[in-house]
Order: sequence, then C-alpha cells, then structure tokens
Amino acid sequence: MIEDWQNGGFGVYVHWPFCQAKCPYCDFNSHVVAKIDHESYKSAYLFEINKKSAAISGRSVTSVFFGGGTPSLMEPDTVRAILTALKERFSFSNKAEITLEANPTSVDYTRFQEFRDAGINRLSLGVQALNDNDLRALGRLHSVEEARKAWEIAQSCFDRVSIDLIYARQNQTLRDWEEELKQALNRGFSHLSLYQLTIEDGTAFGDRHRRGRLPGLPDEGLAADMYELTQSLTSSAGLLGYEISNHAKADEASRHNLIYWKSGDFLGIGPGAHGRITLNGQRMATENQRAPTVWLNEALNSGTVGTMAPVSARDHATEVLMMGLRLAEGVDLGRISLICPDLIDPQGMSDLRDQGLIEIVGDRLIATPRGRALLNSVLVALID
Amino acid sequence: MTDLSHIRNFSIVAHIDHGKSTLADRLIQETGTVQDRDMKEQLLDSMDIERERGITIKANTVRIDYQAEDGENYILNLIDTPGHVDFAYEVSRSMRAVEGSLLVVDSTQGVEAQTLANVYQAIDADHEIVPVLNKIDLPASDCDRVAEQIEDVIGIDATGAIQVSAKTGQGIHETLEAIVRELPAPKGERDAPLKAMLVDSWYDAYLGVIVLVRIVDGVLKKGDRIRMMSTNAVYPVDRIGVFRPEMQTIDALGPGEIGFLTASIKQVRDTRVGDTITHEKKGVSEPLPGFKPSQPVVFCGLFPVDNAEFEDLRDSIEKLALNDASFSSEMETSAALGFGFRCGFLGLLHLEVIRDRIEREYGIELITTAPSVIYHIHMRDGTMIELHNPADMPDLTLVDHIEEPRIKATILVPDDYLGDVLKLCQDRRGIQQDLTYAGSRAMVVYDLPLNEVVFDFYDRLKSVTKGYASFDYQMTGYREDFLVKMQILVNDEPVDALSTMVHRDRAEMRGRAMVEKLKDLIPRHMFKIPIQAAIGGRIIARETLSALRKDVTAKCYGGDATRKRKLLDKQKAGKKKMRQFGKVDIPQEAFINALKMDS
Ligand SMILES: Nc1nc2c(ncn2[C@@H]2O[C@H](COP(=O)(O)OP(=O)(O)OP(=O)(O)O)[C@@H](O)[C@H]2O)c(=O)[nH]1
Ligand SMILES: C[S@@+](CC[C@H](N)C(=O)[O-])C[C@H]1O[C@@H](n2cnc3c(N)ncnc32)[C@H](O)[C@@H]1O
Ligand code: SF4
Ligand SMILES: [Mg+2]
Repeated sequence: MIEDWQNGGFGVYVHWPFCQAKCPYCDFNSHVVAKIDHESYKSAYLFEINKKSAAISGRSVTSVFFGGGTPSLMEPDTVRAILTALKERFSFSNKAEITLEANPTSVDYTRFQEFRDAGINRLSLGVQALNDNDLRALGRLHSVEEARKAWEIAQSCFDRVSIDLIYARQNQTLRDWEEELKQALNRGFSHLSLYQLTIEDGTAFGDRHRRGRLPGLPDEGLAADMYELTQSLTSSAGLLGYEISNHAKADEASRHNLIYWKSGDFLGIGPGAHGRITLNGQRMATENQRAPTVWLNEALNSGTVGTMAPVSARDHATEVLMMGLRLAEGVDLGRISLICPDLIDPQGMSDLRDQGLIEIVGDRLIATPRGRALLNSVLVALID
Repeated sequence: MTDLSHIRNFSIVAHIDHGKSTLADRLIQETGTVQDRDMKEQLLDSMDIERERGITIKANTVRIDYQAEDGENYILNLIDTPGHVDFAYEVSRSMRAVEGSLLVVDSTQGVEAQTLANVYQAIDADHEIVPVLNKIDLPASDCDRVAEQIEDVIGIDATGAIQVSAKTGQGIHETLEAIVRELPAPKGERDAPLKAMLVDSWYDAYLGVIVLVRIVDGVLKKGDRIRMMSTNAVYPVDRIGVFRPEMQTIDALGPGEIGFLTASIKQVRDTRVGDTITHEKKGVSEPLPGFKPSQPVVFCGLFPVDNAEFEDLRDSIEKLALNDASFSSEMETSAALGFGFRCGFLGLLHLEVIRDRIEREYGIELITTAPSVIYHIHMRDGTMIELHNPADMPDLTLVDHIEEPRIKATILVPDDYLGDVLKLCQDRRGIQQDLTYAGSRAMVVYDLPLNEVVFDFYDRLKSVTKGYASFDYQMTGYREDFLVKMQILVNDEPVDALSTMVHRDRAEMRGRAMVEKLKDLIPRHMFKIPIQAAIGGRIIARETLSALRKDVTAKCYGGDATRKRKLLDKQKAGKKKMRQFGKVDIPQEAFINALKMDS
C-alpha cells in the first residue's frame, strides 16, 4: 500500500525573505534590508537542508521551488549550492521542475542566465499588471516595458515561464481586465497565475482599507464577474483553470504547487517556511522562525531549525479536502475517509449537491465552477 | 441617635445627565465624608455598567455630617437617583423616604422632560424643593433664562435657586446651607412603637439581604425582633448601620434616620419594597401606605446562542432577579431557538443592561428576540389572556378583540423641531392631547401606544431633533385597537422569534421596513433567500437576498495551509454557534435590529 503523501509527491520549498521594496498589498514573509550577508545565509540554508533531509533521505524529489520574497535577488551561487546539496541527499527525477520566483526589474533579469546555469528550469515572474498607472498604485518598482523585457529574456533562458497578474484592482473595470488579460494571453505563456487582489490585515493596503482610504475596490458582484471572465477567456485560449487562480496548457501546470494541492510531502527551508513530512506514517508539520535574522542565528548557532509537530488525522483530512477542492480535478473521497472517516457532514454534502455546488464523479468529490468560486463557504458547509 | 431637628433627608433629582451624581460627589467631599484620595468621579455609580455608560441605574443613599454656619452639627441623608425614564421607579420610591428634593437643572440645557416628571413626583410626595442650577462653569450656562423657565414651566419660585458647578465645587457650600435652612426636619416620635419603611433591598454575597429603611417612629436597635407587616415574618436584627457611602455599623436608628439592617433574610423575595417594619411585640397595627410595585412593560425572549448553556442562563437570570425586583422571567421554548426565558423589563435600556450583564458577567452569548408589550386578548368566551409573546397568539376565530397598553408621553422640544416631533408622534399612531409653549420651547403631550414607543421612539426622537428634545412617559391604561400578528418568513419558514403585533393600518409599512432591514442584517448565503412578512396566510411584503457568488481565497499554497485550516475551523465553530432557521443563519443582533425603523 502506498503512503498517503505519495498521492501528492515530494518537493522542496526554499524561502528567500528579501525584496527591494515592500509592496503595499503583500503579506508574505518579505523584508527590505540595507545589506545581506549572502555567505551566512548560504551556510544557513545548507545547514537546514542537511538537518532536515537526514530523516527522509532516499526519497525522490520531483520539484524544487525558490519562493519569496524575491529569490531573483539571491546570489546565483547560493541557488547552485542549495541544489547541489539537495542532489547529494536525494535522487532527482529526470524531469524535476526547478522554479524560481522573479521580479521583472533589471536587477533581476540581468541574472536570469546565471540562474539557468545554476539549475533553474522554470521562472515565475511577478508582472502583476500591464498598465503603468496600476503598477505604481501597487507600489511596484518596474514598468510594463521592463516587465516585457524581463519576460522576453526569461523566455529565451528557460523552458517554462509563467507570469503572475493581480486583478480586481482599484478602479479596474470588467472591460479593463478583459483587455489586459487578452494581451497577456497573446504572449504565448504556457502558464498564468491570476490572483484577485486580496486585502490582507497587517499590510499597508489593509490599513488604508480599514480607514476607508482605499476607494474603488470592486464589490462582490464585479469581483465574481471578473473571476468568471478569467475562467472563460483563459479556457478559450487553451489554458485550463486547473486551480482557482492558476491556468496552464496541457502538462504545463506547476508540478511543485500541485504537491500542495494534493497534500504531498514537502520540505520547507528558510525563514518562515512551512513543511509537511510524513515520518513513520505520521504526518508532521514543520515551521520556521519568520524573522530572517532569528532563523539565521538559530541555524548557525543552535544546531536545530524550527519546530515540528504532528498533524492530527482530522486536521490532515481537512487539509486534503481544503487544498484538493481548489483543483479542477477535485479530491479522492476514499483518501479522505481513510484518514478521517467522519470529516464530511453527509447532510451538508447532499445540500451542496442539490445546490449544484459540488458533484461526485466516481470516487472523486469535485467543486463545480460555481462551487469553486464559493469554496470557503462550501468547505464550512461540508465539514462536520 | 440624632435629634430630629438636626436631620435633613433629601433626594437629588434631575433629567438624565444634568449632574446629580457629580453633585453628590461634591457634597460627600466638601463634608469630608470621603477622603480626597479615595474620591473618584460619580463615586456612587459603583456598578460596572453604570461606570461604563456614565449613568446611574440604582439609587444610592449616603449619610453625611455637616457643621452649618449656625454652629450646629447636622446629619444629612442624601439619595442620588437615576435620570433615565426606565428607572423612574427608583426615583419615586426614594422620594417616599425623604422630605425634600434638590432639583438639579443643567443651566446650559434648561428644563427637560424628566425635570418635569420628577418635580411632579416631588410635589406629590409633599417635598420642599430646592432648585439647583448646575454646570455654571460652562460658557453656555444661562442661569437667568433657566430660572425663568423653572418659574414659567414648573411654576415654582426660582429666586433662591443656587448656582453651582458640581465640577469645580463652586456653590457647594451654599447648597449645604440651603439644605439645612430650606428643607424641613423630619417628624417622628421617638417613644412611639417602631414604624419603619422598607425602601429598598438587595443581596450581598457576604451579608445576605440588606434592607434599606427609613425610621418614621420609634427606635430600631441591634438584636430587636422585627416583623414585616405584609407577610408577618419575624426576624432578629443582626446588624444596623448607615452608608458613608461604605457600610458602617451603628447601634440604633431613631426617627427620621435612614440606614440599613440585616437580619438573616435569605432572599430578596422575602422583602417587599414599601412594606412597613415594626417590632414583633408592641408593634404598630396600621402600616404605612406603601407603594405600587414596579411593573415590567417590555418583554422579550432571551435564548443562549449555545443550547448547552441553558442551565448557566437560568442561573444567571436567577441571580440577577435576586437584586432587581422589576425584572421578571419565565421559561419559554421556541421551535427554532430551543429553551430560553421570556423576560420582562422596565424599558429598552433596562433590557440592554440586563442582557449586557448576562453576556459579560456570566459569559453567555444571547439571542434576544423581538421585544413586545403585554396585549390583552379578549376571547369570545369572555375570558382575557395577557399576551407577552406574539408567538402565543391564540386562534383568531376565538378572539373577540385585542387591547394594547397606552402611555401619556410628554415631550419638550425647541420650536424649530416641533413639526418633526408632531409628525413622528402622528406616524406612531399618537393622539395629541396638549401643546403649550414656554419661551421658545414647546411642550407636547401625546397619547401613544406603548408598542410604538418601546423599541426606537427615543432614538428617532433624538435624531429628528438633533438631540434637543426630551421625553418622559407614564402608562395610562389599555385600549382596543385593530391589531394583528405579523409573521416573518425567512426562506419560506416562519421565524417565530421575529413575530410582532402591529396595527392593521401600519402592517404593510412595518412589514416592508422589517424585510428590508432583515435583508441587510442576514448575511448572504450560497443560495438566494426570500424574506417575507405575512398576516395570516397573506404575504404583505417581500424582499430577496441574492445568493453569494464569490467567496474563495485567491492564494493558497503550502505555507498557507495551516493558517487557512485554522481559519476554516474558526468559521466552522462560529457557524455552529449561530442558530439555523431552516438552512439560514440569522445573526443574534438581527432580532432587535429588524424592528428599529428609520422613520
Ligand atoms: N462642566 C461641567 N460638567 C458637569 C458638571 N456636573 C456634571 N457634569 C458632567 O455631566 C455629565 C453627567 O454627570 P452625572 O453626574 O453623571 O449626571 P447624572 O445626572 O447623575 O446622570 P444620570 O445618573 O445618568 O441621570 C458628566 O460627564 C459630568 O462630568 C458641572 O458642573 N460642570
Ligand atoms: C511571493 S509573491 C511574489 C513574488 C515576487 N516577489 C513578486 O512580487 O513578483 C507571489 C505572488 O502572489 C501574488 N500576491 C501577493 N500578494 C497578493 C495579494 N495581496 N493579493 C493578490 N495577489 C497577491 C502576486 O501576484 C505575487 O506575484
Ligand atoms: S509582492 Fe513580491 S516584491 Fe512585493 S513585497 Fe511581496 S514578495 Fe516582495
Ligand atoms: Mg447619576
């Protein structure tokens, strides 16, 4: 019998916590600092990899993801050293997907070639908007022109390039978004991440919003229209909406991110990184110190990194359901009942079916397109 | 024991917020009753809820010693009273225990509705009244105008009115002198059999039931055996004392004095406010006149949000009822809400205070159903049912006619807003009874149905007059009218906690207002929800709450799983606590807020 995590596979996430500037909407673990001691950080990453891989060596890695922050600000040599260290401890599958998140400024794109040489084969570029005014409003340091340059260089360096866009911005109309999305679809990207702008607590936007100083955000109706438009435009362009905010041509889905949505195992390396690792059949959650220097000191001086705690069967099953229903393919009900037989409320499930929000196809539970747009409410109704 | 001629007993009365409690502070401080370092603002407002809301709810008695300019030492017993109309009963019974009143009028505001109501009560109680013009430190203070108003509107002489700032202490000495000079000393016979008035009683965790008494004749001593004349129950007196304002025991209370006794009385229920206390042996045979008990006028259901907390709710209601005779409760069940209590209150503020206390002091989250007054349902067979809950409305074919409680409302308002006030009263089915002027202010008297007033009349009045109107009311009696029960259906299911009695002619309007309100109060669901108002089987108003279309987290990757899962658990727990009506979650606040009208 296979272990549960094998339904999702195994990958490694590496978090780089620094950026050139903090974007006002962003609640990622990202920081702006005057000077970074790259050598110390490199040693710390290597230490953590060494430490965390000990218990699970022998597995095969199918993906590595350098996320941030802005990992395109890492020294290419650090990226190389990390990949080398991982390859020493794990076998890598032939087609292993090695992604780096990048910002489209010249500081970043002049290094794309070096990142490729260090082993990166997929780039995820944070373009965010195709309109200079909106880029400024989002606090971005680049123009559309720079972003274009960045993705052209990227397309010449890497096999696979994806861009991120944020919609439902201030004063954006449905037409504006339609135009912008069509432009993006015309660039021949095989993968797009299209996020509705989320106003997060503890960000500059969150603050402004609370004080009523962030006008022009769409109401729920317009946001729903934008979401639906996004689904229909991308699918007519041949990019399947395989996850709530992710669209790809056949076989071009992010294999690394699929590990999350299919609740596989992943090592989480770097400040604030979370991981999920199955040890002797028990799923464990790992979590690192968020503050970069705290994590750094811990890694370099204390001999351990972060914390590790078991995930209860119910929490595990909740994650499988919550993450899995984000996917167009849905989730295996048999898998969930194997982990936690009474997670799902049968009455809730039957109501949701009657309302056309979920369907059951074979052994899979799938949220319908309408149900996916309402996934948070659907989950509340579904879980007992 | 003090000689009668050296005692002065008085209540401090005023419209809400005119500064009664602050004046009491200064009197307590000036006489050195409390050390400066132990002083705080509105010292007597000791309940949390009083301090938080900055209002007095419970009357408080304090005994102070004062050496007057004539060189004599006097004992002054002051009773600070609440100003809000819901607690008018506290004022009226306090007045029965004293011979005079300080009538405080905010000199920046002038005479208001409760100023009038209190003066009439003071006159009824044969009080000597000393007018006090307060807040003279404020630039807007206008003592001449207000003194004139007192003479015009109330008809009492205001030439001797004392000008005071309870904030700065200006005029406090003059107030103390006026108390000694103007107010009568109490009368009473020291050698006569004991006759004492039971003014108030409450429960104290350490001492048991504490009884506030005013001695009329005779002397009450520690160890005496006393008899409550209404019940004939006999108790040995454990302790006698006075409030300064903390409790101080003394050996005896003589005629004219006010103080407390404890006597191993188990429950507040065993004491009747207004009762006469005498000695077991050689007692009096004629009791004092007594006073009318207070009656709850507004009723609503209180249900625990979490059904499992029903027993805790019972407990908390019993404890609160111990100290608040004007709060009534009986068990109630509702199809949708399960077990709870139907409770009676003196008014909406009283309701809010009790609800707040249950939620905060006992940690029980509550659903409060639509408030109702008591209707008299006259049946075909000649019997009459008191209806406290519209959900219990009997079969209409058995009903002959329905009567509702009416009130006499007195409103004082600057001329500029008179039109708005008349319109508001008219809209609420009022019948104008009087309209007079005092300077630029109008005094209107309306006969109104109580049910049109309890929920939001006062809020509306304040808003249409920008806060310049004041309002007071008294119950007058019952009158027949064309009343019907209006039901609310949410997603086609009747929600009995939202049923109300309405006048037939106003039903459409109220129905429309309620369904519109509910449309805002109920969160959107994953399906569309019809919200309807109905009389009998007929729909009179309808709104549709459209279905939610988008509710999904845009970004959710490996690092988000823990946080999102915890968020989901929290939402799940929150939903479990919400009550479902059919498949619809209705938030707790909706039941009262649905009744508040914007016009
Ligand atoms: N400036 C000024 N403010 C005063 C004076 N007397 C009272 N106040 C303020 O008026 C407000 C109401 O005072 P309270 O003493 O609580 O009034 P109250 O009449 O006891 O109010 P209720 O018990 O709720 O009816 C408080 O904010 C006081 O600080 C005064 O002489 N001058
Ligand atoms: C780790 S972040 C950014 C990577 C890179 N530092 C950048 O900014 O281009 C990944 C993506 O999440 C999206 N994102 C971040 N904050 C968001 C928010 N508040 N609402 C919607 N999308 C957001 C952006 O599209 C961003 O590119
Ligand atoms: S959006 Fe990207 S660049 Fe901006 S602060 Fe967040 S991680 Fe850094
Ligand atoms: Mg007060």
